[in-house]
Formats: sequence, structure tokens, C-alpha cells
Amino acid sequence: MQVFDRHKSYKIGDALFKGIAYFFALSVIVLMALIFIVLLKESWLSIKTFGFKFLYSTAWDPVSGDFGALPAIFGTIVSSLIAIIIALPISLGIAIFLTEMAPKWLKGPIGTAIELLASIPSIIYGMWGLFILAPLLSEYVEPYIIDYLGFIPIFRGAPMGIGMLPAAFILAIMIIPFISSVARDIFRMVPPILKESGYGVGATKWEVISKVVIPYTKSGIIGAVILGLGRALGETMAVTFLIGNSHDISIALLDPATSISATLANEFTEAVEDIYLSSLIELGLILFVITFIVLGLAKILINRFSYTGRR
Amino acid sequence: MNDKITIKNLNFYYGEKHALKNINLPIKEKEITALIGPSGCGKTTFLRCLNRMHDLYPGNRYEGEILFDGRNILEKGLDLIKLRSKVGMVFQKPTPFPMSIYDNITFGLKLMGVKNKGELSSKVEKALKDSAIWDETKDRLHDSALSLSGGQQQRLCIARAIAVEPEVILMDEPCSALDPVATAKIEDLMTDIKKSYTVVIVTHNMQQAARVSEYTGFFMMGEVVEFDNTQKIFTAPTNKLTEDYITGRFG
Repeated sequence: MQVFDRHKSYKIGDALFKGIAYFFALSVIVLMALIFIVLLKESWLSIKTFGFKFLYSTAWDPVSGDFGALPAIFGTIVSSLIAIIIALPISLGIAIFLTEMAPKWLKGPIGTAIELLASIPSIIYGMWGLFILAPLLSEYVEPYIIDYLGFIPIFRGAPMGIGMLPAAFILAIMIIPFISSVARDIFRMVPPILKESGYGVGATKWEVISKVVIPYTKSGIIGAVILGLGRALGETMAVTFLIGNSHDISIALLDPATSISATLANEFTEAVEDIYLSSLIELGLILFVITFIVLGLAKILINRFSYTGRR
Repeated sequence: MNDKITIKNLNFYYGEKHALKNINLPIKEKEITALIGPSGCGKTTFLRCLNRMHDLYPGNRYEGEILFDGRNILEKGLDLIKLRSKVGMVFQKPTPFPMSIYDNITFGLKLMGVKNKGELSSKVEKALKDSAIWDETKDRLHDSALSLSGGQQQRLCIARAIAVEPEVILMDEPCSALDPVATAKIEDLMTDIKKSYTVVIVTHNMQQAARVSEYTGFFMMGEVVEFDNTQKIFTAPTNKLTEDYITGRFG
């Protein structure tokens, strides 16, 4: 009889445990749904007032209460894309070096340094960007970009050291640790015998990396890039310091611009009218949706990363 | 038959670990030499010395001589790329590259500088025919190599190895991941390709060694216990250890 009782209490314990675990797991989804609902509710006034026009209007006039999201969306996406373009080759280089070339004694220190880079708070990046990077750029880099590459419209603007390009540059530094550590893990998953097969037919290291390793890991790399992109999209402080916070859309990358998160950080405390606040929250909603889509895409691509070479 | 490769007093170290001890072996030209022995006995380690695959990883060290057509391939400054294009390799598991069947075969050819499209196509056809996989792949050359079955993938890997016309082909348990039907096909293939190539095969399957090879080396604890004609090894081994192993008393 005693055995039976013990069994029974086990059952209750198990059920209880299962219930608690379920609750915690589901609370994540509930939390996300709640955030979405609150954002939607708070931005309802703005959605009702401006409709779809909010997405493509370039107006940003707190005095007359006319708002449009396009400059912020443009700045968010463009600064993130430029950051990816700068960060991707550097990150791949780091990951390839760490997995294929670095001597053992160097792997540890470099790996740790990259992880430390990821752990620096973004406000520090922002301050470093504003006080060190921006003066350097405006003095030694941007004048030359304008002089020598100015015939291309995107390389025009004022050499102030703050603007779209400096913001993208600091973003690139911030996402390099993420892309390179994910890429390193993906490169590590390449079966050694696959690489050896490449060497076995007389390929050089470069040929094995470019023709076997990279194609094999392609979708994983794309996933890593999108994860980096997801991070760049939402990055706030460093971008706020460096992007210049101007609600104008300029093709010239040296000109100041703005991003969704920078607009929120700068203007939230000033937004006293209901429509102003509601418009800012709608910006937040847009960022939420963009990030959601980008990260969802990353998940799909990373899951697709599989090698069906049969055992 | 001539010796294609002569191994003289070969010692090999993984860092501090002395993995191969004083190996002396001949590898006969255009014959199949099988290497057998219990797990961890050094036969795969030995095989990988023959194309210096160990050089990919730090801390490995060779001593002694491996004479390939009389030239020591362990000498410093040897062109490993050239060596590996002369000594092809097939692995335990199929390792098709993530690209089309056609591109898998032309991979090595392109590295060697073959650019002419007609030449590439005819070499692909020849390699696939020689590997007995042409009929199954001729209509789908541009499909992904990953869409083939395991046995087909392994024959593709053999085709990829012979496409660059090496002189020696190393096979490291090429059938260990395959079913009996696919294994039989690979074994047929081995007897075919030995007409043109010197083959060294590591195998755990004693019947396979007996079926396909002319010479057999029995390895244990990093040493060659016995090397002789396959028939002699399997019918009248001189060493007690060899006899115990092939009769299944251990291993």
C-alpha cells in the first residue's frame, strides 16, 4: 500500500512541476503579446490620425502635430545595412582566422577579446564615438572622402563627424562580436573530413575555405548576419550619440539623419501632447515589427542550415 | 610488381604520443594493399601519413622515410598540394561537397588548371564511368550531390578522387557507413580501378580485406605485426597475434 501512495505523490509532484514549467514558458509568449497590444493601444491615436500615411510621410513637426515615420525608418534600415556591409567581411575574417588558422595560444585571447567587446555597454560606445571617433572622422577621414569620392552622391555632406556613416561605423563595431562568434561556431560545425576531402584533391587553404567551407555554411552565415542586423536595428544609445538626429532624408551619408530608437530616446521626455506621444509609440511599434520579421527570418534560415550528406 | 611506395623506419607522433613505431612496408604498384588491425592500432594514422594529411593539425611529427617513386615525401619544403593531387583519398563517410555532381568532379580538375569545357565534360564522364556511377547520374549531373544515396555519394567521392588522375588512392574504411549492396558495388569498383591505380585500403572487415586485396598488413599498437600476401596472411600467418586476430579471438 505504501508503494502505491509513494507513486501517487510522485504523480502529483510531476503534474505540479509540469504545470509550473508550462506557466513560465507560456508567460514569454503572453508577455510578448501584451507588449504588442500595449504598443498598439497607445499608438492608436496616431494610427487613427495619420493612417498609412504615417509610414511614408516625411513630416516631423511637433508644433503643428504632424508626424511621419519615413526618415526614422530610412535611417534605421540604412544605418543597419551599412553596418552589416562593414562588419560582415571583418567578422568572417575573424571567424575564419579563429577556426582555421590561429595557433592555439592565440585562439583563447582573441576569442575572449571579442566576447568582451560584446559586453561593453552601448553608452560607452556612444561616448567613445562622440568624443574620440567623431573628431577623428571629421578631421582626418571625412574631408578626404568628400574630396576624392564626392563625385558619388552618397559620399557627400558636411564633415562633422556625426551623421549616418559615423553611426553605421560604430554599429559595425558593435555587431562584429555577434556575427563573428556565431560564424565561428558555424565554421566549427563543418566536419573535418569534408575539409580534408578538399585538401585531399589538392586544394589550398584558401580554396578549401572559399569553395567548401563557405558554401557549406552559407545559410548559417546568412542567419548570423540577420542576427547582427536585428541587433543593429534596435541599437539606441550609441546611434543616438552619433547619428545627428535630423528628421531629413538625405542620400549623402555624411549628413546627419535619425533612427527610430534615436528619435524615441531623444524626444520621449519632450512629448507632452497626446498625438506626439502616440506617434513616438507608433514608431516603437514599427521597430518591434521590423525586428520581429528580421529575427523570424534569421530563425528560418538557421534552421534550414543542414547538410544532408548521408552517414 | 614494383614498389610504388616504400616506408622505411617510419615513426609518427601526435604531440607526445608515439602513434606509429618503426613501420617498414612496401606498397606495390597497381595492387590493392589492405591494412587491418584492432581499433586504435594506427592503421588510419599510417594511411594519413601517405598524403601528409596530419600536417593540417599542429603538433604532429614524422620521423623516417616514405619513398614515393624513390623520393622521400617527408622531406621539408615538399609541395603538399602536388603530393595530394598524386595521392587521392576516400573517407569513412561520404563527403560530397555541397554543390552539383558535376561540380564535385570538376572541383579538383579546376584546381589543377583545366579550364576547357569540353575537356572538363569528358573527364567528368570518364571519372563517373570508371566509378560505376555514370548510369545513375548521367541525367542529373547538375543536381546537388547531396541528393544521392549514401552508396552513390561514396562512389561519387571515388570518382572525385580519380578524376584528377592520381597515382595512389587511399581508402579509409570506405564501406563502413554503407549497406551490403553498396559495399559490394564499391568492392567491385576497387578491383576495377586497381588496373590503373595503386590502392591502399584500411578496413575493419576481414572478409573485405581477403576478397579485394593482394597484400595485407596487420597492425597492432602502432606496429606492423605482419605483412605478406593476403592469401598467406589469411591461411598461414606466421605470427600468433595475426592468427588470433583473423580468427576472431580478439579485436
